[in-house]
Amino acid sequence: MSTPGETGTEAWPLWEVFVRANRGLSHVHVGSLHAPDADMAVRNARDLYTRRNEGVSIWVVPADAVTTSDPDAKGAFFESPAGKNYRHAVYYTKSEGVKHL
Amino acid sequence: MTAPADLTVVENEAAQARFDDLIAQDSRIEPRDWMPDAYRKTLIRQISQHAHSEIIGMQPESNWISRAPSLKRKAILMAKVQDEAGHGLYLYSAAQTLGIGREEMTQQLIEGRARYSSIFNYTTPTWADMGAIGWLVDGAAICNQVPLCRASYGPYGRAMVRICKEESFHQRQGFEILLELMQGTEAQREMAQDAVNRWYWPSLMMFGPPDDESPNSAQSMAWNIKRFSNDDLRQRFVGMLVPQAEVLGVTLPDPNLAWNEAEQRYDMSEIDWHEFHEVLAGRGPANAERLRRRREAHEEGAWVREAAAEYARKQAAKAAAAA
Repeated sequence: MSTPGETGTEAWPLWEVFVRANRGLSHVHVGSLHAPDADMAVRNARDLYTRRNEGVSIWVVPADAVTTSDPDAKGAFFESPAGKNYRHAVYYTKSEGVKHL
Repeated sequence: MTAPADLTVVENEAAQARFDDLIAQDSRIEPRDWMPDAYRKTLIRQISQHAHSEIIGMQPESNWISRAPSLKRKAILMAKVQDEAGHGLYLYSAAQTLGIGREEMTQQLIEGRARYSSIFNYTTPTWADMGAIGWLVDGAAICNQVPLCRASYGPYGRAMVRICKEESFHQRQGFEILLELMQGTEAQREMAQDAVNRWYWPSLMMFGPPDDESPNSAQSMAWNIKRFSNDDLRQRFVGMLVPQAEVLGVTLPDPNLAWNEAEQRYDMSEIDWHEFHEVLAGRGPANAERLRRRREAHEEGAWVREAAAEYARKQAAKAAAAA
């Protein structure tokens, strides 16, 4: 299955861009861009996605290197957590009123 | 392998039901989701036209970078033109997630097969035009674009959020240019008023044809791409302009513009839709010039794109040999 946006017919490959807004935060996907190589992708990403101090660090990843779950199997693939609400703290109610728990 | 026809029909029905359900919940459609062909086509057309508008929109202003009245104004104008380029790129990326290639979109534009906002086919003869574009054209764009942040197609909405954040600087800097001119000499005030006179009507046309002549609007609204009708947005925009014009001290060039208390809306003169259709059809003051420059920039940049790709290829080959 092809990556969205990657048609394979472009002169320059497509890169996905992730930006860390500040120290202590994870890199978050902000968009994509075309660039001939990784170095230029990082520079283009700086110009395109951080013109107003939006980040302190950038990752670029070739779009065709991204593997994703199959959207058509959405229900089945994420079914396992359903019905397992004992994985959430709110499932345990007997401790209500007890402090620091 | 192809599935039996009847099985495909059943699968599509289930996918259509899932799509309809997401739209009904006002949720978002993401790139890999199944979507009706018409939805995909509508979005590709709308997002690519929007991207082209940003790219062509660099031209009327870049025209003034070298002649802006101060270093500060030059720096501001450069930042703004760079933003327009960025907006075009965000939008091209969003369109690409629907399966159209960047080069295909570029070709459509430079071969004159794609549309872009008719507003950029007007010329910018004076410095006050930079003010009027920021205040009126970017103002109208913001009015149009803020509701698009909630468009049902995820990548489009996300691109619009980023764009809207940046556009507000554009509008304010335009307002400031006009305000400074209006506080200047008589000649400067005349120049500001003249620019407002020329840009007011075209900026109102940016909202598109009246509701009863906008056949695609209903479908776009049903798909949660469009949230308000053309006429509603136009009304909202005029409602914002009136008090701003008072602050500036400029007159909006419509003798019939007046608040209608009974109907809670502004009465205004009929828009010259003939002009709108002429410019849209390619017969505006600068259509040919805009496309010529875009084509030229693309063709003259070809060697740069090729050289960069070749450099990347050689570096990759070198790295592979060394490994």
